[in-house]
Amino acid sequence: MAKDDNGAEDVTAPDSPGEELAPVAASTAVVTRDSLVNPGFPPHRPRVTDLDHKEERKAERAVYTLFYVSIVGSVFAIAAYMAFPIVPEDPGSVRLNNLFIGLGLSLALLAIGIGAVHWGKALMSDHEGVDERHPVRGTEPVRARAVEIFQQANEESGFGRRTLIRNSLIGALVVFPLPAVVLFRGLGPMDQNPVELLHETMWKKGVRLTMDPSGTPIKASDVTLGSSFHVIPEGLSEMEHGRLEEKAKAAVLLIRMDPADLVESDERKTWSYQGIVAYSKICTHVGCPVALYEQHTHHLLCPCHQSQFDVENHCKVIFGPAKRALPQLPIAVDAEGYLIAQSDFTEPVGPSFWERA
Amino acid sequence: MTTIKTPRTRRPRKTGRRHPLASIALIAVGLLFTGGAYAAFSTSTAVATTDSSSQQTIAEGEKLFAANCATCHGLSAQGSAEGPSLIGVGAASVDFQVGTGRMPMQMQGPQAQKKPVQFTPEQITALAAYVASLAPGPAIPAAELLDAAAGDAANGAELFRINCAMCHNVAGAGGALTEGKFAPAIENVSAQHIYEAMITGPQNMPVFNDMNITPEDKRDIITYLKYVEDNPSPGGLALGSLGPVAEGLFIWIFGLGAIVALTVWITAKSN
Repeated sequence: MAKDDNGAEDVTAPDSPGEELAPVAASTAVVTRDSLVNPGFPPHRPRVTDLDHKEERKAERAVYTLFYVSIVGSVFAIAAYMAFPIVPEDPGSVRLNNLFIGLGLSLALLAIGIGAVHWGKALMSDHEGVDERHPVRGTEPVRARAVEIFQQANEESGFGRRTLIRNSLIGALVVFPLPAVVLFRGLGPMDQNPVELLHETMWKKGVRLTMDPSGTPIKASDVTLGSSFHVIPEGLSEMEHGRLEEKAKAAVLLIRMDPADLVESDERKTWSYQGIVAYSKICTHVGCPVALYEQHTHHLLCPCHQSQFDVENHCKVIFGPAKRALPQLPIAVDAEGYLIAQSDFTEPVGPSFWERA
Repeated sequence: MTTIKTPRTRRPRKTGRRHPLASIALIAVGLLFTGGAYAAFSTSTAVATTDSSSQQTIAEGEKLFAANCATCHGLSAQGSAEGPSLIGVGAASVDFQVGTGRMPMQMQGPQAQKKPVQFTPEQITALAAYVASLAPGPAIPAAELLDAAAGDAANGAELFRINCAMCHNVAGAGGALTEGKFAPAIENVSAQHIYEAMITGPQNMPVFNDMNITPEDKRDIITYLKYVEDNPSPGGLALGSLGPVAEGLFIWIFGLGAIVALTVWITAKSN
């Protein structure tokens, strides 16, 4: 089918100097009055390599030199692999190894490419010609023959006649991908409801606020004015499995500011302790850790998309693409003076999701 | 013999050393010692180096303060509309702000910028001693806490990633904050200034007190920063360690530039 239907009757550009115009009978020739006239090619200009034998030799030399350079590059890459081995514990050796192998390989490939292009441009024949695309539609006999082939195949195979076989085959093909659905589902969490997982974190009543990464509990008196602590719930640093999954939801930033600077709503008056406030570190936009805290302006900046939150006003969004304030963790102090959570966050942390109420 | 006799005759005069003013001088010396000891004791929580807290250094610092800082911070460092109160900021804060050239401030702006230091080390010590004498505050750290060779770079790197890297960049190259403010690069900053910045929280940086990051952990952070400074990036050109911004710009300009140049060359006619 891929063979040329038009029997090599392809048209060439009328002004092409390489091909002669296809002969047209005088009776069918039409004088076109179209304003758009094929401008054809600019006059052919011979290259220096066509005119000057010396230049030709020079170009030839350049091409084979480039190919030899490529061989040198390949050998160099092999030598560099041996001369600059990667020494464990020494990052500097990785740098030398990568650098010299890379130089050798790029020399090897670039020299082949540049040599080939130079060969083609300077030495190969510079005949200029146009091969016009033949029409996509096949000739009538070819089209009729194609239909005939399909019909014959249908008859001989019985595909249209033995419908039971045909339909069962279609059924088998439809069912065949189903195991993949089960297999891929198995990669996700099996016995947990992801919606519930996104609603709750490790924080609950009485869980101590501890330092990231050591897990040392924090006393309220340790948090001096202007301090910011990066906080994880008690027990997270000792977790064996799923530590990062829990940390990604439970990470908290603890800040102490002058209580006079805090503007607190009535229902959240008891959520802070002497100017110490705790907010989720997970941005409500797409979940980057928001921790760029400015001590004087009391603004939190998310480095990913420049959302800004005002810690004085319950972390309301004051700039950027985030739509919701950062969730606040209600905190209190236990009998020993350590900071504890009053409860979990009262709303899901992080970015929006479909089932978020 | 007569020559020996003559000093003998003088002796009674010499043994009677108790000058009428001797007791007064003794009391004065005693008072001076007690006063000095008290001054040394009362400021020992604020200043680690004892010689910087001597009364003379403090007096020297007070003069320098009145001449260079009082315009904004007030004659007794109580603060004004132009500058904050310096009571209780401690010697470490003064050493950082003046020692990095941020103070005296050149002009009001989003934040004080690093510039050539305006004072000699002795003058900075005097200024620090004066401010520390006003009220207890963070002291200039002891030398053994600044020894980068003694720290654990891996622990420092983890703490730096958790507490510092979001503003200062994971390689300490600095980064932008809001409204013209920025977290400065920490390359080529002395260990003492790094330590002081952590305990005092200059400008918009939060404070990291010793309960948050222990003095040994602070030393580890310094070790990490010095390690990054001294060891070249294993990945080749660091391009300012700014990450995807600098690297993306580089590949856009030079990578795509090379492709465009090659394309033009391939399609151009040979002469």
